[in-house]
Amino acid sequence: MAADPNSFAASSAVPPKKPPLWNDPAWRALFFQVVVVALVILLGVFLVRNTLANLERQGIASGFGFLGSTAGFSIGESLIEYHEENTYGRTFLVGLLNTIWISFWGILFATILGFIIGIARLSSNWLISKLAMVYIEVLRNVPLLLQIFFWYFAVLRPLPGPRQSLSLGDGFFLNNRGMYFPDPVPEQGFHVVVIAFLVGIAAFQAVRRWAHVRQDRTGEQLPIFWIGLGLVAGVPVLAFFAAGSPLHFDYPALKGFNFKGGAVMSPEFFALLVALSTYTASFIGEIVRAGIMAVSHGQTEAAYAVGLTRSQTLRMVIIPQALRVIIPPLTSQYLNLTKNSSLAAAIAYPDLVLVFAGTTLMQTGQAVEIIAMTMAVYLCLSLFISMIMNWYNRKIALVER
Amino acid sequence: MNLVKGIAVAAVLSATLAGAAQATTLSDVRDKGFIQCGVSQGVPGFSNPDQAGNWTGIDVDVCRAAAAAVFGDADKVKYTPLSAKERFTALQSGEIDILSRNTTWTLVRDTALGLNFAGVNYYDGQGFMVRKDLGVKSARELAGAAVCVNIGTTTELNMADFFRANNMDYKPVVFEKADEVVAAYDSGRCDVYTTDRSALAAQRLKLKNADAHMVLPETISKEPLGPVVRHGDDQWLDIVKWSLYMMVEAEENGVTQANVDKLKASTKDPIQRRILGLEGDLGKNLGVANDWGYQIIKQVGNYGDVYEKHVGPNTPVGLPRGVNALWKDGGLQYAMPVR
Repeated sequence: MAADPNSFAASSAVPPKKPPLWNDPAWRALFFQVVVVALVILLGVFLVRNTLANLERQGIASGFGFLGSTAGFSIGESLIEYHEENTYGRTFLVGLLNTIWISFWGILFATILGFIIGIARLSSNWLISKLAMVYIEVLRNVPLLLQIFFWYFAVLRPLPGPRQSLSLGDGFFLNNRGMYFPDPVPEQGFHVVVIAFLVGIAAFQAVRRWAHVRQDRTGEQLPIFWIGLGLVAGVPVLAFFAAGSPLHFDYPALKGFNFKGGAVMSPEFFALLVALSTYTASFIGEIVRAGIMAVSHGQTEAAYAVGLTRSQTLRMVIIPQALRVIIPPLTSQYLNLTKNSSLAAAIAYPDLVLVFAGTTLMQTGQAVEIIAMTMAVYLCLSLFISMIMNWYNRKIALVER
Repeated sequence: MNLVKGIAVAAVLSATLAGAAQATTLSDVRDKGFIQCGVSQGVPGFSNPDQAGNWTGIDVDVCRAAAAAVFGDADKVKYTPLSAKERFTALQSGEIDILSRNTTWTLVRDTALGLNFAGVNYYDGQGFMVRKDLGVKSARELAGAAVCVNIGTTTELNMADFFRANNMDYKPVVFEKADEVVAAYDSGRCDVYTTDRSALAAQRLKLKNADAHMVLPETISKEPLGPVVRHGDDQWLDIVKWSLYMMVEAEENGVTQANVDKLKASTKDPIQRRILGLEGDLGKNLGVANDWGYQIIKQVGNYGDVYEKHVGPNTPVGLPRGVNALWKDGGLQYAMPVR
């Protein structure tokens, strides 16, 4: 090439001749994308119209009007008031709340158990770490449905009937209809305790902030844990007795076929809860172990070097850093647990799938609408959990200064 | 790459379009050479696999009768065991051609579900089964009981109606498979097991100790059980309907599996001759061979034959004819005139 330093500048000054539209890569890419999107939309429209036309041709009812008509069937467990006269829309709500209920407790217990297992797995005690390993390897490698069946059919089914219930003291009974225990019933004046509890929490927050300021100024630490316990637990207890114990217990009693009164946990709920939380805990255990191992040992050594105690090191150095690794995969486990709760239908726990995508679907026959609603619910629940976890993840993420 | 995607989408579109146009059930069935019949997952006497793995029962025989009418061969049937929950979807989606699975005829199913009932092959009613040692003598003493029931059945609704009407509370425990319901009841998860009385009699055979259980005297509902087809194919509905009527008509006119060959050779009775296809072209009107009646009775039997063979007093299920006797014997079984 001739070494003319001006030639480049000269040619760039005159804009190059524009290629025709169909040879312009940018235009071509745009064109094809528009075509593909249009085809996808067309396909969607066609599928919807085809479905509607076929439903119409076969005389199958469609639309969401059924949500307003009377359900007429009963549901075994419900967190809200529900009667046969209520609508199909209400059965949706009952199923949804039962799904959220089992997922909530499942996530709670799976997290607690998972952290214990994960830390036990790292224990320097040979027996503890091997036990945790066996737990993880057994539970995460057996299909969840089988575990649910195990708890339901092998553990809870053989329990005696109501009249031969196993009892623990006066108020606790265990039989093949469920676990019965005294139900606390608040009386007049119980709100004082609730108020005391809220005041305790507020006071604790204030003390904690003050302790920080004080530590920054003087370097002295307050026994914040004990103060917190005193404020959050002690104050309501004092208030409770000061108000004259405004609480009594409703004891279950054998009447007719079964126990009446008290609170009850059905074997279906119990089996599902145990299976879901122990199964998911085995995965969480591994996630926690990975998270802790991801924090380099130098951090621990450095913490010891500046004089932090073992527990302070764990609490203030290791765990905050480990959480950054733990939270994203933990979110996936929460999502899995929530979706796995739909296996409830296998053991008659009335969750959304059994009640709404089961009985309601059968009685109305509107499979398309009901399955779509059910799928939308799981999608929304999952997105909601993701949202919370992502928010938490951002909060604990490394803040670069 | 994008072009390939576009072509793929177009291909999918045209394939779906082609699938949208449907032939009639009869021509579909003729093309594939058998009837796909939806049955239960095992109710002795109604639809249940025998020792050799062949499906038997009065519900199965409805499908066999239709196959005898269409193909002249009652064995040209394939079976799909379905749970109560799956059954209507299977029929609506075309997975099966006939649903013959102790299914109750109701208005909602006939209309909103897009189905047509082709008749009633067993008149039933819902009952309750309890353990004898509970000491319960009537269904009105069941307040507070835990009741095991099958999901997606009329049973689930009737039970709710019954307890509601009598102002009693109860706790439903709902399973998807009939076997799970029976197992749950048998293990004591529930005090009561409720379903159609015929099914109670049949399922009782599966309990560990059948003698420890009793069926309460109340019948709380009407359960006309019959075969179901898709809405909108009248010809297929006619074939299934008249195959069923033919079995009843044959019993009414004394044509049995045992004497059918003899009658075919010698009968002078005009009704019998029409049933056997010796006179008239009833088969042609229906779109099947003219000896369809003969084939049904020869290969499957008339209604009485089928009843006695599968659920009658001499079978383990042991159900007396009761309301399922012919109308002229004071029962409800009544065939429209085959002429």
